[in-house]
Amino acid sequence: MNPSILNIQNLCCGYPKFQLSDICIDMPKGSFAGIIGPNGSGKTTLFRAITGTLGIKSGKIMLGDKNLRTLAPRQRAQNIAIVSQFIDAGDISVEDYVLMGRIPYQSRFSFFESEDDLRIAREYMTMTDTWRFKDQLMSELSGGEQQLAAIARALTQEPELLLLDEPTSHLDITHQVHILNVLQQLNQEMGLSVLMVIHDLNLASEYCDRLILVNQGMIHTQGTPEEVLTFQNIEDVYQTVVVTQPNPLSGKPAVFLATRKVLKEISERTGNPQ
Amino acid sequence: MQKKHLRWVIYLAGLLVLLVASVILSLSVGEMNLGFFDIFSILGKGHSSMEYTIITQIRLPRVLLGIAVGGALSLSGVLLQGVYRNPLVEPYTLGISGGASLGVAIAIVFGLHQSIGSFVLPLSGFSGAFLIIFLVYSISSRNGRINIQSMLLTGVMISFIASSSMMLLMAITSAENLHGIIFWIMGSLDEPDLSLIYVALVMAFASLAVSYLFVQPLNALRLGEEKAKHLGINTDTTIKLLFLLASMLAGVCVAVAGVIGFVGLIIPHLMRLLVGSDYRTLLVSSFLSGSIFLVLSDVIARTIISPNELPIGVITGIVGGIVFLLMMSRSSAQLMRNK
Repeated sequence: MNPSILNIQNLCCGYPKFQLSDICIDMPKGSFAGIIGPNGSGKTTLFRAITGTLGIKSGKIMLGDKNLRTLAPRQRAQNIAIVSQFIDAGDISVEDYVLMGRIPYQSRFSFFESEDDLRIAREYMTMTDTWRFKDQLMSELSGGEQQLAAIARALTQEPELLLLDEPTSHLDITHQVHILNVLQQLNQEMGLSVLMVIHDLNLASEYCDRLILVNQGMIHTQGTPEEVLTFQNIEDVYQTVVVTQPNPLSGKPAVFLATRKVLKEISERTGNPQ
Repeated sequence: MQKKHLRWVIYLAGLLVLLVASVILSLSVGEMNLGFFDIFSILGKGHSSMEYTIITQIRLPRVLLGIAVGGALSLSGVLLQGVYRNPLVEPYTLGISGGASLGVAIAIVFGLHQSIGSFVLPLSGFSGAFLIIFLVYSISSRNGRINIQSMLLTGVMISFIASSSMMLLMAITSAENLHGIIFWIMGSLDEPDLSLIYVALVMAFASLAVSYLFVQPLNALRLGEEKAKHLGINTDTTIKLLFLLASMLAGVCVAVAGVIGFVGLIIPHLMRLLVGSDYRTLLVSSFLSGSIFLVLSDVIARTIISPNELPIGVITGIVGGIVFLLMMSRSSAQLMRNK
């Protein structure tokens, strides 16, 4: 087994009215992990604790062999790159935006980007297919294109761990699959470790090799998609009746919903009041 | 060199040429009009002529103060807008002008400038401004962290309190004092004390240099506070230091030249439209165009009803507002066409 890239031990953190408690996660280097769970379960709180935006009360977050709490902001930014849910970069050209990923490496007093900075930015923009927008403003791009530019910016930070907060929300299925394919490619070809918060259980199942199911501020289950996405777990956490079946193409579990009408018809047909 | 950098150099050169031109214009017009190009020969001839005295003793100090105050107010505005990510913030939003005016009003009402000396006015203006900055800062900082949104509201409220207190003083004082207060509030580049002008000049240029130590955090802050943190920027320290720098700049300006409004609001705006929002070029462009704007406004203020003089704040407000509206309607018309 690979050494871990992210190791969270007995983490407690949160706000006065909402606490995460006793979170333990061990994420091996090179894995593609997903945090799933209902609204208000603590996904984003956990995410904010890992990004360092939210202070932790007790426990420890280790990034490789470095303690996240003692890591200086610049070093943290060299190790973890974050793609937020809302990009909101406004009137910045796409190339300038991506180049901001080099800030953690630039001396505070450097005025112009170095040749290296420009080369690295171009490389990742080509990889994410955003080089063709380089002179457009961020605000002129569509949601999916902005998300890709944000991923290019994050890659330009050359991180060990890439964190994404719901990278596919508000996107149509084409862009969802495109973005996740890009992430999968990065994960497989560069060995980049990816951790994302994601709502869509089927996407999570298809793309992630590890899932962390969060509920009411605690980890309900974690493991492979097959271990986590059982109908018992999902019904328990989401309070919704579902059926899971393997996807005929990938063999990964796929989650099917049951509407109230269908449930009623089934119970009428079988004579079973359930 | 990248295309972007070439564009910056061109804009910068253009602004420098404009600044030199407005300085020469300002030196040449007035009660006694001199030719635009005669300035050089008059200065070349040396001390003897009356023209030389007018230029160096009367007009040059005003021009220098215009460069300092215009540049400083505009720089202060662009820094605050960057820190707050809010295009409507200007140096006076946070109560700096209110505090300075209150300080001066107190000094005038109690006759301090007559009993102690005229230097009391700028001093009390600066003290008033500084007191307000200190209040706003300490009210909105908790555990060493600053909530910038609540700070903005705090500033606006304290500003109201300060200006209302000043009106209270104005309501109960004599007509003569009232005139003095109003005259001071309206702002003027007419400053008899040369050393104050030098202080303002040195402050302005030193602050411009210091602000360049913060271009990287300022650029990162364009993405928002949290995202700047993700890029490894220590946003708390940056915001605190830039707030202090911008407030001090505005405080010095108000103390020396009175409340000259609008420069800090519209010049950074126009520059964002013109040169873009990258702080590497925005800071110096805003400074230079603030200087140009104030030097030209002063030319208008002292020639339009010559031999009398209009308060410069009136000119900056009217001219600036109209130019700004024109620019906005043009750029929104362009946006409509592009859609």
